[in-house]
Amino acid sequence: MAGVQANRLANGGLIDRLVSLNFRFDGKSFSGFQGDTLASALVANGVKLVGRSFKYHRPRGILTAGSEEPNALVELRSGARCEPNTKATTAELYEGLEAASQNRWPSLRHDLMAVNQLFAPIFVAGFYYKTFMWPAKFWEAIYEPAIRRAAGLGRAAGIADPDHYDKAWAHCDVLIAGSGPAGLAAALAAGRSGARVILCEEDFALGGRLLSDGGTIDGMPAAEWISRTLTELVALPDVRIMTRTTLFGVYDGGTYGALERVNDHLPSPPEHQVRQRLWRIVAKRCVVAAGAIERPIVFAGNDTPGVMMASAMRTYVARYAATPARRIALFTNNEDGWRTVETALGAGLQVAAVVDARPDVSPAHRSLASKGGFPVLNGSVSAVDGGKDGVSKISVSLTGGARAEVEADGLAVSGGWNPAVGLTSYHRGRPKWQDNIAAFVPDGAPPGMVAVGAANGAFTLGACLSQGFAAGAQAARDAGRSGKAGSVPVAADEAFSLTPLWHVAGKGKAFVDQQHDVTASDIELAQREGFESVEHLKRYTTLGMATDQGKTSNVAGLAIMAAVTGKSIPETGTTIYRPPYVPVAIGAFAGHHRDENFHATRLTPSHHWAAEQGAIFVDTGLWKRAQWYPRAGEKDWLESVTREVKAVRSGVGFCDVSTLGKIDVHGPDAGAFLDRVYINTFSNLAVGKARYGLMLREDGMVYDDGTTSRLAEEQYFLTTTTAKAGPVMQHLEFCRQVLFPELDVQLTSVSDQWAQFSIAGPKTRDLLREIVDPAEDLSNEGFPFMGAREVALRGGIKARLFRISFSGEMAFEISVPARHGDALVRNLMQAGAPFGVTPYGTEALSVMRIEKGHVAGPELSGTTTAADLGLGKMMSTKKDFVGRVMAGREALVAADRQVVVGIKPTDKASRLRSGAHVIPKSEIPGPGNDQGYVTSVCFSPTLDQWIGLGLVERGRERIGEIVHAHDPLRGEDYDVELCNPVFYDPDGGRQRG
Amino acid sequence: MRIVCPFCGERELGEFTYLGDAKPQRPAADASEDAVYDYVYLRDNIAGVMSEHWYHGGGCRSWLKITRNTLTHEISTVEPAAGAGAAKVGA
Ligand SMILES: [Zn+2]
Repeated sequence: MAGVQANRLANGGLIDRLVSLNFRFDGKSFSGFQGDTLASALVANGVKLVGRSFKYHRPRGILTAGSEEPNALVELRSGARCEPNTKATTAELYEGLEAASQNRWPSLRHDLMAVNQLFAPIFVAGFYYKTFMWPAKFWEAIYEPAIRRAAGLGRAAGIADPDHYDKAWAHCDVLIAGSGPAGLAAALAAGRSGARVILCEEDFALGGRLLSDGGTIDGMPAAEWISRTLTELVALPDVRIMTRTTLFGVYDGGTYGALERVNDHLPSPPEHQVRQRLWRIVAKRCVVAAGAIERPIVFAGNDTPGVMMASAMRTYVARYAATPARRIALFTNNEDGWRTVETALGAGLQVAAVVDARPDVSPAHRSLASKGGFPVLNGSVSAVDGGKDGVSKISVSLTGGARAEVEADGLAVSGGWNPAVGLTSYHRGRPKWQDNIAAFVPDGAPPGMVAVGAANGAFTLGACLSQGFAAGAQAARDAGRSGKAGSVPVAADEAFSLTPLWHVAGKGKAFVDQQHDVTASDIELAQREGFESVEHLKRYTTLGMATDQGKTSNVAGLAIMAAVTGKSIPETGTTIYRPPYVPVAIGAFAGHHRDENFHATRLTPSHHWAAEQGAIFVDTGLWKRAQWYPRAGEKDWLESVTREVKAVRSGVGFCDVSTLGKIDVHGPDAGAFLDRVYINTFSNLAVGKARYGLMLREDGMVYDDGTTSRLAEEQYFLTTTTAKAGPVMQHLEFCRQVLFPELDVQLTSVSDQWAQFSIAGPKTRDLLREIVDPAEDLSNEGFPFMGAREVALRGGIKARLFRISFSGEMAFEISVPARHGDALVRNLMQAGAPFGVTPYGTEALSVMRIEKGHVAGPELSGTTTAADLGLGKMMSTKKDFVGRVMAGREALVAADRQVVVGIKPTDKASRLRSGAHVIPKSEIPGPGNDQGYVTSVCFSPTLDQWIGLGLVERGRERIGEIVHAHDPLRGEDYDVELCNPVFYDPDGGRQRG
Repeated sequence: MRIVCPFCGERELGEFTYLGDAKPQRPAADASEDAVYDYVYLRDNIAGVMSEHWYHGGGCRSWLKITRNTLTHEISTVEPAAGAGAAKVGA
């Protein structure tokens, strides 16, 4: 079959007949030309039936030639690239294109689901709400799967999208939506004035309706004017033309969303190219020249394949040289519809009849009819004969009551035009009704935006050009450009007359929303059942809620509701308009932020070295941290972690702690500032000393902890937890800039500037002496516990050394500039080899902190007070600090609060798990006797059993009590003993040694 | 939406963090618990023009006092917090 394009005209059209393209639709081979859409190629091949409808599985054809298409939706491409619900009317044809019709089984021509038509009464308006109400459990089990199978649209690929999507910013003076006559004129005026212009056009060709309707501009044919205009625009230095780009939304402050379909017109994107690009365009001014959408007239059988919008029919004939029918009839209520007859006659097609709802048809058109030899019937189409093979005959109710029948294989329909008011209405704008065109037009627009041409209700070529040009020139001036716009392109204004007609009463289903199968009688039913408000009408009938957002159906739906309620259309009003104007793939919004690039990844200074060691990494926020370092022969993580802990406790180990937040606090008031943000005092900290600090939120709950060292009289080095590094910086800046601006202090985040390692274990000094300059005194007297100062390393690098311990061992933390981190870690391994130095990960770190009873993330949960953590005594009573007053509230100092306590199973062999609830022994667990829960657990190699910390009611008064651990999540119950949270070296002798 | 930072110029919304009502003033150290409670918990939520705290964390790390219409998102003024920038107040 490929190669035969039976419905292609011999001449004309904006297609490249030298480039023939093969494609497949529902497995059948066809051919088309470069410049075709899938829809125009199907038309050229005589394919009328392209899909089945949503609810009733009625045969459907192509209704439009643009992005407003409700029916001709296909699954484009196959496999992982399969895209459901793709509009055949905007999908560009390419060699090898594969498409399949949707919503039919087993085949498009023999769709068994069409029996749904017999059950039509249950699919009426509100059927979701009525039919499937009872019994409730039937919904999930039966109704929903059945509806989804029977009435779904296309199927998603179900496989990860192999293509890339991009996001980009652009900035301009004047953004123009649409490249019809109004848009091109606006671009000319703005561009000549010297403005930076971006012109977005959703089509792949520029010209809008000029491509289909032609016309004469500045005395030349439209095609020549477009060509000259483009030549001039391209030559202007700051005019950017973006085709295949849809402006889909307008956001605050003159920011616009646009989707560029970079490679949708190819089978797959070329290597290293993206499929689509999401643009955020910041524009000082925006000229909306988005045109208008022709609207249907609702009559029985109006969804039969072969019934087509009149403007679409002439687009297929004039732009694509493809004939949707051989013998056409026109049903119109306005002057513009007649252009289709002119185009059809010009292309040598037969015209069977024109059905014009207006009593007065112009003499020019009457003489056209007599020359063409077809009748002009004053009346309305009341029925259509035909089925899946298309229209065969139409019935006409003549004004006066008589009936007529017209034999035709295509019916062009024009009910007038609706300006595309979406962009102008997205900031809750409500368009206003304009009587002479019987349509809604923009009533104002978001700041900086103006609508022109057909989008503004100006439907003649001359008005489009002059409005577009004036708006472009004004926009450039508003943006501060003062160049000369030159002369305005001129064209005549066509005659325009319209008699509103929305719905022709008759027998049979008359569709308003073809994509959602909403009929005129559904709207009448909704009104009878009290759903008169347009927002209720929309949701009850689902009118306008499909992927086309009711572009061809909304106004007709409102008009029918207005008629049955006896109100006017403007009284009935419109629903709220919301972006996006066309569906935008989630992939485009995600851009490159997917999979491992979903967020940034931060690597510690020792990361590459740790990876070489085979470390297992864990994600902590954005960081990858070494969790443990497995060795050959170790059977699981527990064995590795246990080895690491024992090695530290008996020898020496080190751990990368660079992820801690680090803040340099500098200035004469640095100490005073820290006194206000910490519960304890730092102004009296001696230079060369470190101190543990705790900060609260203003509501009295603990916010964060860490050690802060005084490096100089006016300089402190503050550390935060890994998780709170960013938030604490923000909080401290708020304290400094907003709460205490009188303090002379500056904060600098230095988290990324320092590589920091904890070195711990009894042999720590032995290891340090190998890397620190021998002149530095590391003895207990020369560098006592909680000392902090700069030291020289062997080789001359300056490091900061802090004698602080999280593990409970004799320990130091050492900081070097981040660029030396990798060298330092390799040095530690080499110098530490004689002492059996062992790198340890975050698991061993956590085991040792639990053994020491130090609180961490699970205990700093945002619901604990300093006293809950056993740190109440740190709260100074001699100064004000953030959170002081609220921390004194009754409930925050109550005696029965849940406080940190140690927990161990009474059976030494039993495992302890965090999340288990603490219940008094021998009581039946319930919300009434829940006394807290286990927050942190580990297997303690030192105690040779599982231990943990928990928040337990009055826990510190109950040391030694046996309670019950209830873990309904894991189905575990066991007895545990409440104990001192400091399991290891409670006197602290080891860390001071 | 874009915000004109007094230090960085016009920047995109994503660089900023919103805190909320900028009107409440932290009470003095000797204030009553009730006064502090009001400061911590009572916030205006105006449908209209409101003074708000924003943080330019993706830029100069200044806290800003922004007057914004919550209905239109129109920003009328952007001022640095009293202690923003390098100099202390009164220096
Ligand atoms: Zn800034």
